[in-house]
Amino acid sequence: MKKELIKYAVFALCILLAPLVFSGNYLMNVLVFVGIHTMLAVALNLLLGYAGQISLGHAAFFGLGAYGSGILSTTYNWNPWLAMTVVALVVGGLAFAIGFPILKLKGHYLAMATLGMGIIVYIVFNEWVAITGGPSGFSGIPNLELGPLVFDSDLKNYYLVWSFVLGCVLLSVNLANSRIGRAFRAIHDAEVAARVMGVNARLLKVQVFALSAMICAIAGSLYAHVMTFVAPPSFGFNISVELLTMVVIGGLGSIYGSFLGALLLTLLPEFLRFMHDYDIVFYGGLLMVMTIFMPGGLVRGIPDLFRKITGLKNKKGGAHA
Amino acid sequence: MLRLKNINTYYGKVHALKNVSLHLAEGEIVTLIGANGAGKTTILNTISGVTPANGGDLLFQKEEIKALAPDRIVKLGISQVPEGRQVFKPMTVDENLELGAYLRYRARDPKAEILKDKEEIFQLFPRLEERRKQAAGTMSGGEQQMLAIGRALMARPKLLLLDEPSMGLAPLVVQEIFRVLQRLRDERGVTILLVEQNAKAALKLADRGYVLETGKVILEGAADELLENAEVKRAYLGKDKKEIWER
Repeated sequence: MKKELIKYAVFALCILLAPLVFSGNYLMNVLVFVGIHTMLAVALNLLLGYAGQISLGHAAFFGLGAYGSGILSTTYNWNPWLAMTVVALVVGGLAFAIGFPILKLKGHYLAMATLGMGIIVYIVFNEWVAITGGPSGFSGIPNLELGPLVFDSDLKNYYLVWSFVLGCVLLSVNLANSRIGRAFRAIHDAEVAARVMGVNARLLKVQVFALSAMICAIAGSLYAHVMTFVAPPSFGFNISVELLTMVVIGGLGSIYGSFLGALLLTLLPEFLRFMHDYDIVFYGGLLMVMTIFMPGGLVRGIPDLFRKITGLKNKKGGAHA
Repeated sequence: MLRLKNINTYYGKVHALKNVSLHLAEGEIVTLIGANGAGKTTILNTISGVTPANGGDLLFQKEEIKALAPDRIVKLGISQVPEGRQVFKPMTVDENLELGAYLRYRARDPKAEILKDKEEIFQLFPRLEERRKQAAGTMSGGEQQMLAIGRALMARPKLLLLDEPSMGLAPLVVQEIFRVLQRLRDERGVTILLVEQNAKAALKLADRGYVLETGKVILEGAADELLENAEVKRAYLGKDKKEIWER
């Protein structure tokens, strides 16, 4: 537990001080997206990495959060914070309700069902033009305000988003190391055994699904207020897959791994701009190499690699002597 | 303590248990023996609520538990050691044991009590203590079986259901585990329902036994009588085959 606390403190400190090292609006803007993606990846990791339940439709919850917040605070002039809270609760409730029938399914069937859910939500964003603005998007969303502070610059947004990320990481790390977190991992590993230990597997799965959806919705709300504009392509199937990739590349069942995954997959496209449409080839290749050589994700793969390199050096030294 | 009356259980259309009736008195060790597919595991899963019965009565301490969810049944005092051990492989021994006390943590049982129980399990299985920070999946089959039993005990069961604890283990390890089961009954009064393929070892340990065939109880009696029963000997103990073939 103490170790977790230190890890968290180091992480928080790095986040706090990062703007001193990295500056410029462009970079700050990218880091804001890293933050939003981290929240999404952590949320999906709770479901996939801990409880072992796949979702190919998580972008839907992200989108519901974004559109919900945007529409309520713009069309209906709600206070944005109130809108964010209400939307998070509603999306959580919705996920809870659909979780019961959906999470009865396992493996590929669960993937299909969540995929279907994602597609339905995407179609609603696209087609319900009167409310969502349809394919041309929804604009004019106000920035968040806190008293006299208006979150209208990239640096301000950086601190706004990352304070949410830190909250979300703290919650997730605590949850993962609690009795409930152990139960998630137990369901993942041996569901029948978990059930005969008294773990109500079905309810827990639905609960983690709802929690995961809520975090995504909050990330969506932040996204809407930071961007002040939302459009359907930001919440499509490819985004769900990208989230999945972040979680797997970062390391299943590791909260900080999700951060690494989000960082890598958000920064990479920025560096790959010069490749234009061919970046997807690089992407695919990276994914293949990662799964072959680092099946445990970055968070486990990098220390292994490090050990291998230092081990190799030591061996060489031994041969000389 | 436990009574099954005309229990019927289906897997989809497959009629897995046909009018099974059996009972356990408090402090008894009872064994279920039978070939693969006879319905032994299904009986345990039906009792623990994993595959609920479709008909009949299932009484635990005179209370109907047929329609209860598994977590409610654990709470009443029935713990199962599932087939094939099913320890939580990536988790440490400590974490596995703490998961056994899952409902007690939720019920806000004093933590000191839970930790004390854990120490008692380490006394029962000293090898687990040596490996307490080790991932369960890296241990030997025997150690995993000990962990599975320890994990079930963490819930403080009155009735312990064991599904083939000897499966795939060396005879010496089986002996060690069976000795612990005996101690659990003698010292703590835990009632035990033991499903076994190793009929001989099981009948030696048990007070009574039931023989199952294709979902039905075909024979029941005191364990020593079953050990001497010609049919049981032939079918499950592998003795006297020669005489029967030559008849």
